[in-house]
Amino acid sequence: MTEEIIIKEAPEQEISINMGPQHPSTHGVLRLVLSLKGEMVQKVEPHCGYIHRGIEKMTESMTYQQIIHLTNRLDYLSAHMNNAAVCLAVEKALDIEVPERVKVIRTIIEELARIASHQLWWCSFGMDLGGLTCFFYGLRDREKILDIFEETTGSRLIQSYNCPGGLMADLHPDFQRKVKEFIVYFRKLLPEYDELLSGNIIMMERSKGIGVMTKEQAISYGMTGPSGRGSGFSCDVRKHHPYHAYDKVKFNEVLRTEGDTYARYMVRIDEMRESMNIIEQLIDNIPAGDFAVKMKPIIKLPEGEYYQRVEAARGEFGIYIISKGEKYPYRMKFRSPNFSNLSALDALTRGHKIADLVAIGGSLDYVIPDIDR
Amino acid sequence: MPFTFSIYDFTGFTQWIDATLRGACSPFWAVLWEMVIVGVLFLAFYAVVGLYLVYAERKVCAFIQNRVGPNRVGPYGFFQTIADLIKLLMKEIISIREADKLLFNLAPFIVIVTSFLALAAIPFAKGLHPIDLNIGVFYVMAISSMGVVGILLAGWSSNSKYSLLGAMRSGAQIISYELSVGMALVTMCVLAGSLQLSVIVEQQRDLWFIFKGHFPAVTAFIIYMIAATAETNRGPFDLAEAESELAAGFHTEYSGIKFAFFFLAEYMNMFIVASLAATVFLGGWMPFHIPGLESFNHVMDFIPPVLWYIGKTAFIILLMMWFKWTFPRLRIDQLLNLEWKFLLPISLVNILIMAFIVLMGWYIGL
Amino acid sequence: MREIINYFKSIFFALKSLWTGMKVTGSYFFRPWTIITQQYPENRKTLKMFERTKGELVMPHNDKNEHQCTACGICQMNCPNGTIAITSLSIETPDGKKKKALDKYIYNLGMCTFCGLCVKVCPSDAIVFSNKFEHAVFNKNKLVKTLNKEGSTLKKGVE
Repeated sequence: MTEEIIIKEAPEQEISINMGPQHPSTHGVLRLVLSLKGEMVQKVEPHCGYIHRGIEKMTESMTYQQIIHLTNRLDYLSAHMNNAAVCLAVEKALDIEVPERVKVIRTIIEELARIASHQLWWCSFGMDLGGLTCFFYGLRDREKILDIFEETTGSRLIQSYNCPGGLMADLHPDFQRKVKEFIVYFRKLLPEYDELLSGNIIMMERSKGIGVMTKEQAISYGMTGPSGRGSGFSCDVRKHHPYHAYDKVKFNEVLRTEGDTYARYMVRIDEMRESMNIIEQLIDNIPAGDFAVKMKPIIKLPEGEYYQRVEAARGEFGIYIISKGEKYPYRMKFRSPNFSNLSALDALTRGHKIADLVAIGGSLDYVIPDIDR
Repeated sequence: MPFTFSIYDFTGFTQWIDATLRGACSPFWAVLWEMVIVGVLFLAFYAVVGLYLVYAERKVCAFIQNRVGPNRVGPYGFFQTIADLIKLLMKEIISIREADKLLFNLAPFIVIVTSFLALAAIPFAKGLHPIDLNIGVFYVMAISSMGVVGILLAGWSSNSKYSLLGAMRSGAQIISYELSVGMALVTMCVLAGSLQLSVIVEQQRDLWFIFKGHFPAVTAFIIYMIAATAETNRGPFDLAEAESELAAGFHTEYSGIKFAFFFLAEYMNMFIVASLAATVFLGGWMPFHIPGLESFNHVMDFIPPVLWYIGKTAFIILLMMWFKWTFPRLRIDQLLNLEWKFLLPISLVNILIMAFIVLMGWYIGL
Repeated sequence: MREIINYFKSIFFALKSLWTGMKVTGSYFFRPWTIITQQYPENRKTLKMFERTKGELVMPHNDKNEHQCTACGICQMNCPNGTIAITSLSIETPDGKKKKALDKYIYNLGMCTFCGLCVKVCPSDAIVFSNKFEHAVFNKNKLVKTLNKEGSTLKKGVE
C-alpha cells in the first residue's frame, strides 16, 4: 500500500488523503483522492485511467472476428456477454438468423458466467469487510464453473467462444451432465453464504443504511445492473429488450427498494438463484442443429450506425458501431456500466466513514479495466 | 533428599531442586540460581509457544478455509515458523530520521516484557506455580494494562499520522474492554471468595466454576471471551491493524525483529488471556469431576493435570481463532458502542446476581 | 419496559446469528477430507488436463515426419496480433507449376492471445492447440518457436 498525506492549510482541519492506485480494497488500479474531516468523508474524487489500453482505437484496425478477442478483456468477468454484444450487432446488421441451438447455448453459458462473476464479487466483498474465509468458499465454488468452461471452450476466464454467426465449436458431450451436477451442488451451498455473511449481525450493522441511493438518483446517474436494481430502478435488459433465448424462459427481475448496501448485496445473491432457475429450464431442452452459420471470410457491415445492448454482470453494456461499409469499423464505442456506477461513488459516500467507503465500493462491484478501456 | 519426580504433583520435584541447591551453596546463591533456572525456562517456553501458536493459527485458518496450509517446510509444515523467523531476523532494520529513537526502540520491549511478567502468576500444574501471589487476579489485570503503554509509544514515536491514528484507536479499544474483562473476573472471584489463583483452582475440585455458578457464570464467560478478544486486538476487533483499510496500524514503521516482537507479543497475550480463562472458568489444572460419581472421578484423575491445563487452554485458543476467521470486522464506533452500551451494564448486573446467588447458596454442587 | 425487551431481544438475535456463522466454518474445520487442493508438482504424473485446453499452438507431424501446412498464410492474415510469421519458398512441381512450400513457421508464444482464429480458418487443419501448459522460461527468446520440424515435408494429397 502506498499512501501519501498532503495536509492542506484549512481552518477546519480537513486533510486530503490518497487511496493510491495500489490498494487491497479498490479492486484494480484506481486512485481515490479523499477529503477527510477526522473520520468523516467529505468528498471522493476517483482518478481513473491507469489501465487505459486504447481498445476503442485498436478496433478501428481490426476485422469483426478479431474484435472479439479485444472485448473479452474489457470486463473480464462478463467476457461472454461482451462477445455476445459484438456478435449480435453484426448479425443484426447483416440480417443473419442464427440457429436456435446457438441461442440456447449462448444463454446457458452467459448465465453460468453471471453466477461466476457474482461468486467472485461475494468473495471480495467478504474479504473487504474482514471475513477472510468468504474468499476461499466463493473461489472453491467458482472452480466448478471454470472447469465446465475449460472443458467446452478451452480457457477458464477469457473464453473467445462466440463468433459472428454462431459459436467457435460445439459443446463437449459432458457439458449437460456437469452443469446439472453443478446446479444441484450450488443450490445446496448457497444457503451457507447466507448463514455465513448475509445473516451475520456484524455485516448487517455495517451495511444497512450505508450508502443510500434513491430511485431518482439512480436513474439520473445511470446506475444499471444489480446496483441500480437495489434502489428500485427496473433496468434489466433481458426483460425489456430480450435477446438470445430470454423471451422463452420465465424468471423474475430482482428489485429492492431500500437502496442501501445491504439491498445491493441481497439483489446479487437473489440473482444467482434466478440464474440457476434459467439454466435449469434450458439445460434439458437444447435443440439439435448446427453450431454456426457459414459466413463469408471477410465481413463487411453495410454503411450506417448500429447499437446493441446486453445485460453484463454489472449492468447494461452497450456497443455502438459506425461503419462506412469497409471490413474495419469506422468507430466503435463501448458504453461501460462500471463507469456510470463509479460516478455515483461520491454521492454515496458523503458523510460516512472510511470503513464505509470500503463497504460501498464493494457493493458497487466495479472492475477497473472496464472503466478505463 | 532423594530424587522424586511425579507427573501428577511437581511439588516433590521442585523441593528436591531447592534442597540440592541449598546443600551445594549458600542460600543467596541458591535463590539466585533458582531465579536463573526459572528465567531460562520461561524464555524457552515463551519462544517455543509463541512460534507454535503462529503455526497453529495458520493451520487452523487453512482448515477453516478448506485448504491445506503450510505443508512443505518439514513434515506437515512444522518448521514453517522457524523459516519465517530466520527471514525476519535477516531483514533490514529501517530507522526513521524524524522519529524519537529512544521511545521507538523501547516500545516493542515494553510489550514483550509485560506479557512475560503476566505469565508468571498463572498455575500451570499442581506444584508448577511460579509466583503464588495472594492478589493473583489483580496482578495479572494490572500487568496487562501496562501493555497499552507500549502500543501508544509505538504509535507516537513513529512520527506518522497513520501510526498515530491506529495507536489511538487501539488504545481506546483496549482500555474500554479492560473494564469488561475485570468485571467478568470479579464475578468469578465473588463465587470463589478469594483473588488468589491457587485458591480459585482448589475450589474447583468438585465442579468447575462454569457449571457451578450456572447462569451468571456462563454470562460472565461469554462477556469475558468477547472482551478478551477485543483486548488482545484480535478477531473481529482488529481494526487497528486492518489490512484492507488505510494503514497497518501502530506497527507500520517497524521492520525485521522489532515487528517480530509485536507479532509474538500479540500471540502470547492471546495465550495468557486463554490460560486465565481456563484457570478461572474451567478449573485450571483440575480434572473434570462430577460430584457424586466416584468411579468417574477416579478415571478422570488418571490424566495428569498438566495435560488438563494444556487441553483447556488449547480449547479456548481454538475458540478465539474460530472467532477471527468467521466474522467480519467491526467499525470503531460500533466497537465502543458494544462495550459501553451492552457489555458493561450486563456485567454490572451480573455481579449483583452472582453475589445474590452466593449468599443464598443456590449453586450446583456443594 | 418495551425498550428493555427489545434490548434483550437484539442481544439474543445477535448471538444466534453469530453462532450460525460459527457452525458453518466449524463444520469445515472438522472435515479436512473435503479439501480440494491439488499438490501440484507432486501429482504431475497423474494430472490430466482437458483435451480442448488451449495451452500452446503445435503443428502435428505424423510418423513419416510430414505436416499439412501449405504456407497459404491465411492464419497469418487472421491473427489479430502478428503472432505468426510464415516464410515460404517457391518450388517447382513435376507439372511445371510454381507452388509455395513452407520454409519456417514462426510462432511467438509470448504474444499469443489464444483467440483460436488461426486454428478455425486453416483450410488444411495443419495447426491445433495442445494442452501442454508448462511454458515458464528464463529467457524471452525461448518463447519464439518454430513449429515445423527439421526435414519435414508436406503430406501427399493436401491441397
